[in-house]
Amino acid sequence: MSILVNADTKVLVQGITGGFGGRHAGLSLDYGTALVAGVTPGKGGQNFEHGDDKVPVFDTVAEAVSETGATASAIFVPPPFAADAILEAVEAGVDLVVAITEGIPVMDMMRVKEIMRGSKTRLIGPNCPGIVTPGTGLDSTGGCRIGIAPGYIHKKGTVGVLSRSGTLTYEAVWQVTQLGYGQSTCVGIGGDPINGTSHLDVLKLFNDDPETEAIIMIGEIGGSAEEEAAEWAKEHCKKPIAGFIAGATAPPGRRMGHAGAIVSGGKGTADAKKEAMTDAGMVVAETPSGIGQALLDAWGK
Amino acid sequence: MNIHEYQAKELFDRFEVPSPRGQMAETAEEARKIAEEIGSGLMVVKAQVHAGGRGKGTFKNGFEGGVHLVKSAAEIGEIAGKMLGETLVTKQTGDEGKLVRKVMVADAVDIKHEYYLAVLMDRETCRPVIVASTEGGMDIEEVAESSPEKLLRVLIHPLAGLQGHQVRTLTAGLGFQGPAAKEFGKVLKNLYKLFISLDCDMVEINPLVETPDGQVLALDAKFGFDDNALYRHPEVAAYRDIEEEDPREVAASEFDLSYIGLDGNIACLVNGAGLAMATMDAIKFAGGDPANFLDVGGGATEAQVKGAFNIIQSDPKVEAILINIFGGIMDCNVIAQGVVAAVKETGLKLPLVVRLEGNNVAAGRETLTASGLAITGADDLADAAKKAVASV
Repeated sequence: MSILVNADTKVLVQGITGGFGGRHAGLSLDYGTALVAGVTPGKGGQNFEHGDDKVPVFDTVAEAVSETGATASAIFVPPPFAADAILEAVEAGVDLVVAITEGIPVMDMMRVKEIMRGSKTRLIGPNCPGIVTPGTGLDSTGGCRIGIAPGYIHKKGTVGVLSRSGTLTYEAVWQVTQLGYGQSTCVGIGGDPINGTSHLDVLKLFNDDPETEAIIMIGEIGGSAEEEAAEWAKEHCKKPIAGFIAGATAPPGRRMGHAGAIVSGGKGTADAKKEAMTDAGMVVAETPSGIGQALLDAWGK
Repeated sequence: MNIHEYQAKELFDRFEVPSPRGQMAETAEEARKIAEEIGSGLMVVKAQVHAGGRGKGTFKNGFEGGVHLVKSAAEIGEIAGKMLGETLVTKQTGDEGKLVRKVMVADAVDIKHEYYLAVLMDRETCRPVIVASTEGGMDIEEVAESSPEKLLRVLIHPLAGLQGHQVRTLTAGLGFQGPAAKEFGKVLKNLYKLFISLDCDMVEINPLVETPDGQVLALDAKFGFDDNALYRHPEVAAYRDIEEEDPREVAASEFDLSYIGLDGNIACLVNGAGLAMATMDAIKFAGGDPANFLDVGGGATEAQVKGAFNIIQSDPKVEAILINIFGGIMDCNVIAQGVVAAVKETGLKLPLVVRLEGNNVAAGRETLTASGLAITGADDLADAAKKAVASV
């Protein structure tokens, strides 16, 4: 089953005519994603061509939605314009916005989040690798890939994966696939301090998803999202959860690459997160290489 | 990005947050002249470095104190002369200290009371929060622990901004009365305006002082800016003082590498911030000490790998190098070719462990083996970290 997206989800890409957006639109099409439209203001009427695929480009998200019935949007728009792109998609009434862009000013996201209060649209990200629901084809094609994750590392299965990170997530996904299990859906919530969807939000979705049997939760220093999720999981989540927290060796007060990865005023440490997760019954791996084993331990396999 | 005290004053002046008259000087003579212009009474001369604890610091030439209160312009000049060009060591600079290139000369003010006032982004609520306390001039973390009731916190609605009734609550909460109450209200409003206008992450005024004649002034300030927003504040970006930064980090930024220098002996080069942090952790877990955080990002061109290698190998503390790449979209063979080319050009003086996984990994591993370079391969990150630690 999966959460949020599946093979039938119609996706549009904002920023499809840019190099970055175009490259990943192509890879998503190769994966079998139902990518039905692109949006770049001023380039409406053109087509995005990739192999045999011809994807129409529109000036506005509203037009794209009206013409194609797209319900999810991927944002590949540069930072100065990304918040506006998100709000345009929200106003056009899409169900899901996945903001890949890294570098959006924090106050822009603060305002976006406030404006989106009460909206039916779910925002994932920004500064995230996106979301993948693997398919049943060769190398898991035939599913839905929104964002920049490599498709081939996935395999259709029953492990839900949620993470703030990109390549660290791919490590975990690859281990699960190598072990012979697979993923229901992989959600990258992104590395920014203010984002649209939290660990807790995704955990709830996985908990309610009949096809997800076990969960991997990956976090990093900064904020208290992992603790919040762990506290809820302790009381409400019946499914086994394995985890990993990056940044135990990070010096306090420094931003470790991700805008949200910072230990501030003694808060947001890796130790606090690991403790909260262990206390909630999660099996926390000590190194990324151990995530697969932690999953097996938690799952009893 | 950090800024100097005198630059903070420029921003305060721009937004009409009052602070004592003052100016920056780069020579003893300049300092003396500024002191003469300021005129009468007590003045302060303060070393300008990106570190706190200046007052209690010591210069390597034996001179004590990075902040001095003096009575005459001549003395200002004399003391400035003892600071400029000298290295100041404080609790926050580390033993190597910081070279003082600039000083600030300012009016000393009579203090009736010291307060604490800060505006910061509250991560949990995703709103700006104003934090204020009557316990200024001290470590606010201590106040938070020992007397949390003395810390006022007011959350601001992101779209509505600072409301009049919130200003009144804070003014009354801090006990301001009479003309000073009005002044404080102005300071608060202007400070909040500055915070939002410049996309700050944090502005901390400690102490904010009330003078006997009812003025409210910022005596010192610490700023944090949202790096993501600097593109729309070029005048703030221009405040960057490269000489106050770790030279390794300055070099890295020229290659668009995300790099943070640490103190250990095992350097790492990784693609992805989360994976880079995890690599540092793995090195520690294997008994080693990471020398840096380094994220080459999604691109990792040959030029970047070369740049990274040069920075790593010019760090005298580094005794081994660990490259950990998960090639998602990135082609492992492209990385391998980049590493080989970089190493052939810069020369390899240290043990190098490379762990590749993902896209086209077989070809990548083959490229490394065929290069004839002394490169140790590893299967997974734990294995790579163990090998790197063992090679030292």
